[in-house]
Formats: sequence, structure tokens, C-alpha cells
Amino acid sequence: MAKTDALQGSLDLLVLKILSRRPRLHGYAIMTAIASMSDEVLRAEEGSLYPALHRMEEAGWIRAEWIKKDTGRRARVYELTVAGKKQLGIEESRWQSVSLAINRVLREA
Amino acid sequence: MSLWSRISNSMRGEHLNSEIDEEIQSHIEEAIAAGRDPEEARRALGSGLQAREASHSIRVVGWLESIFADVKFGWRQLCRNKITSAAAVLSLALGIGSCVAAFRLIDALLWRPLPISGSSRLYVLSRKMIGLYGKPIEDGYWATPDFKLMRDAVKGQADLIAISEAERTDITWTTDDDMEKAHVVYVSGNMFPLFGLEPALGRLLSPADDRGPGTGPYAVLSWDYWNHRFGRDPRVLGRSLHIGAQTFEIIGVGPRDFTGTEKGTVTDIFLPLRMNSLATEDKTDWHRIFLMLKPGVNPATALEPIRQHLSAINRAFGSACSTCYRGATKASIDRFLNQTLVVNPGGVGISDLQKDYRRFLGILGMMVVLVLIIACVNVANMMTAQAAARAQEMALRISIGAGRRRLVQLILCQSSLLALLASALGALFAAWAAPFVLSLINPPDDPARLALPADWRVFLFGLALIVFVVLLLGLLPALRASAVRPVAALKGGEDPHLPRRIMRGALALQVAFCFLVLFLSSLFVTSFRRLQNRPLGFSTDRLLLLETVGGKGQLPVVWNQTAEALRAVPGVESVAISGWPLLGRIKINTDISINGAPPSPTPAFFLNVSPGWLSTMKIPLLSGRDFGPEDTSPGAAIVNETFAKTFFPGQDPIGRTFERGANQPVNLIVGVTPDIPDHDLREPNRAVFYVPFNAIDDKFAPRTLGFATFVIHTDIQNPLALANSLRQLIARRHNGLRVSNATTQLDLVRDQTIRERLIAMLAAFFAVVALLLAGIGLFAVLNYSVVQRHREIGIRMAMGSPRVGIVRLVTLDVFLTIALGGCAGLALGFGAARYVASLFYQVKATDADMIALPTCAILLTALIATFPAVLRALRTDPTEILRAE
Repeated sequence: MAKTDALQGSLDLLVLKILSRRPRLHGYAIMTAIASMSDEVLRAEEGSLYPALHRMEEAGWIRAEWIKKDTGRRARVYELTVAGKKQLGIEESRWQSVSLAINRVLREA
Repeated sequence: MSLWSRISNSMRGEHLNSEIDEEIQSHIEEAIAAGRDPEEARRALGSGLQAREASHSIRVVGWLESIFADVKFGWRQLCRNKITSAAAVLSLALGIGSCVAAFRLIDALLWRPLPISGSSRLYVLSRKMIGLYGKPIEDGYWATPDFKLMRDAVKGQADLIAISEAERTDITWTTDDDMEKAHVVYVSGNMFPLFGLEPALGRLLSPADDRGPGTGPYAVLSWDYWNHRFGRDPRVLGRSLHIGAQTFEIIGVGPRDFTGTEKGTVTDIFLPLRMNSLATEDKTDWHRIFLMLKPGVNPATALEPIRQHLSAINRAFGSACSTCYRGATKASIDRFLNQTLVVNPGGVGISDLQKDYRRFLGILGMMVVLVLIIACVNVANMMTAQAAARAQEMALRISIGAGRRRLVQLILCQSSLLALLASALGALFAAWAAPFVLSLINPPDDPARLALPADWRVFLFGLALIVFVVLLLGLLPALRASAVRPVAALKGGEDPHLPRRIMRGALALQVAFCFLVLFLSSLFVTSFRRLQNRPLGFSTDRLLLLETVGGKGQLPVVWNQTAEALRAVPGVESVAISGWPLLGRIKINTDISINGAPPSPTPAFFLNVSPGWLSTMKIPLLSGRDFGPEDTSPGAAIVNETFAKTFFPGQDPIGRTFERGANQPVNLIVGVTPDIPDHDLREPNRAVFYVPFNAIDDKFAPRTLGFATFVIHTDIQNPLALANSLRQLIARRHNGLRVSNATTQLDLVRDQTIRERLIAMLAAFFAVVALLLAGIGLFAVLNYSVVQRHREIGIRMAMGSPRVGIVRLVTLDVFLTIALGGCAGLALGFGAARYVASLFYQVKATDADMIALPTCAILLTALIATFPAVLRALRTDPTEILRAE
């Protein structure tokens, strides 16, 4: 449980951060962005990406829109809302304090 | 916003799923376009179904979605049994609609506070005492001097307000010729300020307008009157209004929703109390007294001391009245003074309509609730039968993991659906029915008027009613369905008697309530019939009554000449004059003293009539003669039998004399007539005497009369057709007489039985509905039981059981149930009848035919309702059953 929580927490953070830099990305683009920007170290698990996106959408952090792709199919693109920007700040500082704490523990040990 | 999107997503679950699928599909396409292996990309996403479920449940409100599914399913169920569903919705709609309509009437008349500020601090004063005939009565009318004393005595803690009854009064706006009627109320000057009312126009009456006789010739119109009489013309301010010899100036219009304190009558004109000549009289009780506690005074502690204080003042006032008891005996004075002052809550106003119709509305409310319950039980029975048929489905649902809560929800959804459909129809019914019933309370010229707003009170009641209906309908089948044991049901072995037992219990309840409604309605219908068929002893046939006023008073000769002129009109057969009509609103009593003795304890009622009145009314003379033109009052008198028996027991009254009180002129009895109901059809006959219309004073000079009624026997079926031409004929004579009101004797008799007619009509209607519903319910129960037991019946037949045995098998316990329900209904009926005994006329709940009538009706219905089921049982083909098994 703790593991998924931590993972999910960081997945939210990564998605929000990426959408704050590059708005209007679809799910696949978000996933590749996470991979490329972390030099392929972090990989969002594809199966949990969409439930996470939908959850954040229902929470009002991001909003979605259908667009037409060149292939004629539709794609659902996401962008940050005002509430999402605020949430990004919260998540970032939380992450900072957690990683600081972990580093401290590692140093002390 | 997010909640809203989840709610709206709940309503389009399928659409949502396809959107999620589309998004995932687009993801895979991107992956393939990026050069990944399609299989690998799909695998990486995991199970599509799982992802869809996860996303779906995030984006909807779970319970809402399941309710939508259940509602959809319930709707399909209702559509599958269209006829049963329609019958269920209709019967429920009738039940709900009747309940809401009854509530609107009861609320508007009895519960809704007056639209004034501080209605919870408002009380009304009355006094309890022993009335003329030794019966305890509660009198709500007071004399103005008494009011002033009491008002000054308690002014520290409470304000007293005097308000007279709304009286239909002759008023004129311009010339004398266009006399019209309006409801006039006299109020003390403090009423408008204390009620916190604001004028819609001009100003309202204030204490300064009510200082003394003749000092405040001002009138305030009610908004309603201003609206329908003047079309809201603001120039009405300053116009003059004439009542008799008085002139009033219009100074304002009251607030829109205030129609006076008398529920059931809409006041047209408010006048200052002291402008009425009665306000100076010590012994005329003519207005009500309201008491308004000052803000912050605690009624629990303050009211009783105030009451005692007022009671003492009132008693002192009564004892001090020197002119009140002239010639009365000590006993009757004591009886009068021995009165208890009562303070009742007055926040909902006070009126005769409330008094007369309180029990009527109570019984009406009870009947509609019973009909609603009967309808609910019917529908619940139907749903139980359906649930029994669905026992296997339920068992299957449970065994594949449906929660029991979800099953209850499924059934409650279905019953809510029924209830909502029914309440929509019912609301329409109620919107029509409440004003319709009110419009039937329509005494000639003065129909009841009551605001029937459909506001939040009615809405909340309707909502509560729907919840009640849903629970009543759904709870039993729901609990039963959720108690299904899957193993037993799937094997087909669920206890087959359980639903039958429940349905039978419901049937007993239905029969009991149906019996109760039938019982009460037969009592009311019989009451009405007996009242209507009470022998009148006078004719109502083609009798036109012209109630006529004579300004300050006209001499008898003027009245007689006018009667003579009326006799010459074609279509008029005979004309007589009486002081007022029989069975009208006026009754006047007087003390009777024989040979100068003190007055007897019972008074007698009188009526002044012209020669020929008896023959015009077709009242025979038992002995003696009619009045002649030479007879005068005082002088001659004709008495009725009760008068003769009361005052001259065992003697021939002809030639004897009596006086109207001690030391009054002597009247010689010249004739005796049979008893007739003179004022109230419901009351027993009283002592009545007639005196000649030609009245003289103590110097034998003719006395003038301010009002009288021309009694005109016509030769046309609808005598009112003549009214207008006769009215004009009288006006053209310019002798001071003017017709104030035209009616017929028949209308006055009908007017007497309005309440009884109304309750008999409604009771009969609900009895028919209840009987119909109970019959349908009975049919359904029996039919279901025969269908359920067709295997058993088939086997019994195959084994040689006689047909009588089969019939007994099918019907015996149903009839036992009916008997049981009937007995319970009778017991309830006796209890209810005691509560409404005051509404009965010459009927008692214990009369044999009153019990026999509903019993027969129910038995007959039962026979008709069981017939198809019995037939079906007898038609069972044993070979078919045995082959199928």
C-alpha cells in the first residue's frame, strides 16, 4: 500500500509538472515526456496513468479536451487548471521535504 | 463542478465507457506510431477492461449510477404490466390527490396563521355559560362598553382588539339607485397598527379614527375589494361610501394578503368600531375580542392572571348592567352571570366556517387517508405478487453477489417511480379538487371564500406524503425480497405461503378500512336524506322572497300598498309580508309572561306576518282564524302547537292572552298552527308565535318598519326570473322601499343542508372508490393464490375432491379474512362515529340498517371479486397439471 501511495504521489507530481511546462498533451505524450526528461530512469506505468489522469481531472487539477489528430482520430489532451497550479506547488514542497528527510536519514545512518 | 460532472457522467454510463475506450485506443495508436510492438503496447497498458472500470468508477457517483440503472429497470418492469401499472398509478393518484386537496382545505381554514405579524401572540376571548335551553354554550361576542373596560384593565401586558363579524351590508357609492352588497367589518382603531399591516394605498385606520361616535367617518378597503370592484384605481381615495344614513370617506387600501380575521369570508370594507351605533349599547354583544400579548410577555405565566383579571372586569360589568335583566328572575340572572371567560389561541383567525366545518374536515381527512392506504395496500399487494414471481431472479442476483441493500434499493426505486408518477397526476387532481369542494360551500349570495395558496406548506406535505407512500409500498416487498434465501429459491422451494400470508394480512386491513369508510358514508348519506326529507310543514314551491329595506322606516300602510302593487303583476299569484323569511339568518326571541307573572325560563321566538301569509306559505290553521287587516301588534297573536303545549298545557289556547315580558301589552291568541322548523332544520321545534305586521305603539299610532320580506307566490317554475322586474317596480314607486336581496324559499331550505349535502356527496364518492379498490385488491389476492396453488388444486381434483371442496379451499380463508377485517372496521367505525356524532341527524351508529348496509356492500363486492378466481380454480385441468409435473 505504502509503495503505491508513494508512487502515485510522485506520478501526480510528475504529470502536473510536465503539464505546467507543456500544456495540451495527451496521455501517451505525458508518458514519453516523463521517460525522456528523466533520461529513461522514470517510467510511468501505462496501466495506472489513465486512472490517475481521470482522478486528477475529477479533482479539478487538470482539464481535458478532445482534439482531432492528423490521422482523423480523436485524442484527449490535458492542461493544468488554476487549482492544479496550486496543487503542483503543494506537491513540490511536499516532495522537497520528503526527499530532504530521506537524505538526512541516509546521512545519519 | 466536479461533482456535477460526476453526476452527469452517472447518467450516461455507456457513453463514458466508450470515451475511455477511445482514449486508450488512441494511446495504443501513438505507441505503435512511435515504433513499439502493438502486442507489447497493449500488454503494457494491462487489461483494457480493468483500466476502464478503474477510470469509470473515478468519474461517476457510484450509488447514483446504480439508482439510474434501477430506475431504468423499474420503468421497464412497469411498462411490462401496462394495465396493472396504470391502475396502480391511477388509484394512488386519486389517493394522493385527495389527501393533498383535503390538506389544502384543512390547512387554509384551520391551521394557517393569519398573514399578520405576531399571530402567535394573538388570542381570542369567549365565555362559557349555560345557554337558553340549559345546554352549555360558548359565546364569542361582546358589548363595546365591556370591551373598553377590559381593554383599559390589561393594557400593561396585552392589547385588546375588537373586530365584528363580516356582515353583508347594503352600500351605495353614488346615487341611491345603485345599491350593492359588501362585507363590512367594524374594527377598533388599534387593529391595523397591532397587526403590523402596511397600506397598499393611502393610510389605514388608526386609534385616532376610533375616538367616539361619529368622529371617524373613514373607511379602508381590502385589497381584494379594491381589485375586483375598482380595478385597482388609485383615484378611489377620497370617494364617499354611504351605509344607511352614514357617509364614509375612503382613506386607504389594506395590504394584499390580508382578508380579515374571519376565515372563509373576504372582508371588503373596514370601518371604525365606534362608528357603529351598537358600540354605545351596554347589552348588545356584537363583536369579537382578540387579545394580543405585548412582545416579550410569556404566555405560560402571564395569560392566566390576565384571564382572571378580565373575568373579574366582565363579571362586574355584567352585574352592573341595570337595564339588562328587567323583569328576569333571580335564577336566570345568576345563570347568565355564572360565566367563565376563556382565552383561546386566535392566530389562525376565527369564523363560523371553522366551527361548522372543523369536524367535517376532520372526517374528510380521515376518509382520504383511509382511501390512500387502501390504494397503497392494493399496489403493495401487486408488488408482492410480482416480487414472488421474481423470487428466482432475486435468488440469482444474490447468489452472484448482489448486496441485499442493492435489492432493497431496486424495489424502492420501483415504488418511488410509481409514487412520483401518481403524485404528478395527484397534484393535478388536488389543484382542481380543493377549489371545487370549497365552491360547493355556497350559501346563496354568500359563498365561502378562502385563499388556497399552493406554497411550501403544501409542497412539504406532498413530499412527506410521497415518502410515506413509497415506504408503505416498497418496504414490505423489499424486506421480503432481501430475505430470500438463494439456495431455497433456486431449488423452487421457497415457502409458498409467506407472500400469501402477507397479502391476506393486507387484505384484512383493506377490508377494515373499506368497511369504516362505507359505514361512515352510509351514516352521512342517511343523515342527509333524513334531513332533506324532514317534513317542512310549509310550501317552498315557486316562492320568491324579496328582502326589502325601508331606510329609516316606513309605515305599514306603505308596505301594504307596495304589496298590493306587486299583486297586480302578471305571474304573481299572491303576496304576503313577513318580518324576515323562514329558515333565514334572522331569529329573535322574547320573554313570555302569562297574566303578568314573571317571564318563564324558556323564551319564545316570534315573526311578524301580514294577513294571508299563512295561506301563501300553505301553513294550515289547526283552530281559530288568520289575522285580518284590523289586527295589530300588540293585540292579536297566532301560536304554534309547541307554544300552546309549553305555556297552556292541557288547555285550549284560543282566547287566552300572554305578554312579551313583564308589564308589556297583552296579546290575544286568535289561532293555532302546526309546528314548523322556523330557523334550523336540525333543531327540534320550538315555541313560536306570530304577530300582525301592523305594529302600533303604546299610543295606538302605527309604527314604522325598517325592513321586511315580501313573500311572493308565483306561477312560474323559477321565481327568480321575476325578481328583477319586481325589484324595479318597487324602486319606481319612490316610497323609500328598496329590495336588498332576492332569493327563493327553496334556496333557503337548500342552504340549511349544504354541509350535510357536501359530506354525504364526498363520503359516497370515497365509499365507491374504497369499495372498488378493495374489490380489485380482493380479486388480485385470490387470483394470485389460485395461480400459486394450481398444482395443489389439480392434484386434489385428480384424487376426486368434489367441486364444493375446491371452492371452499379457495375461498374459505379469504372470507374469514373479510369477516375479521369487517369486525375490525366496525369497531373503528363506532369510535369514529362518536367523534362526528354532532354531524348526524336522526341516525345512530348502532342502528341495525347502518351496520347492514356496509356489510352487504362488502359481501356483494367480495362475491363479485372472488367469482373469476373460483371459476379459474374449477377450470383447472388435473390431467394437464399431472402431465406437466
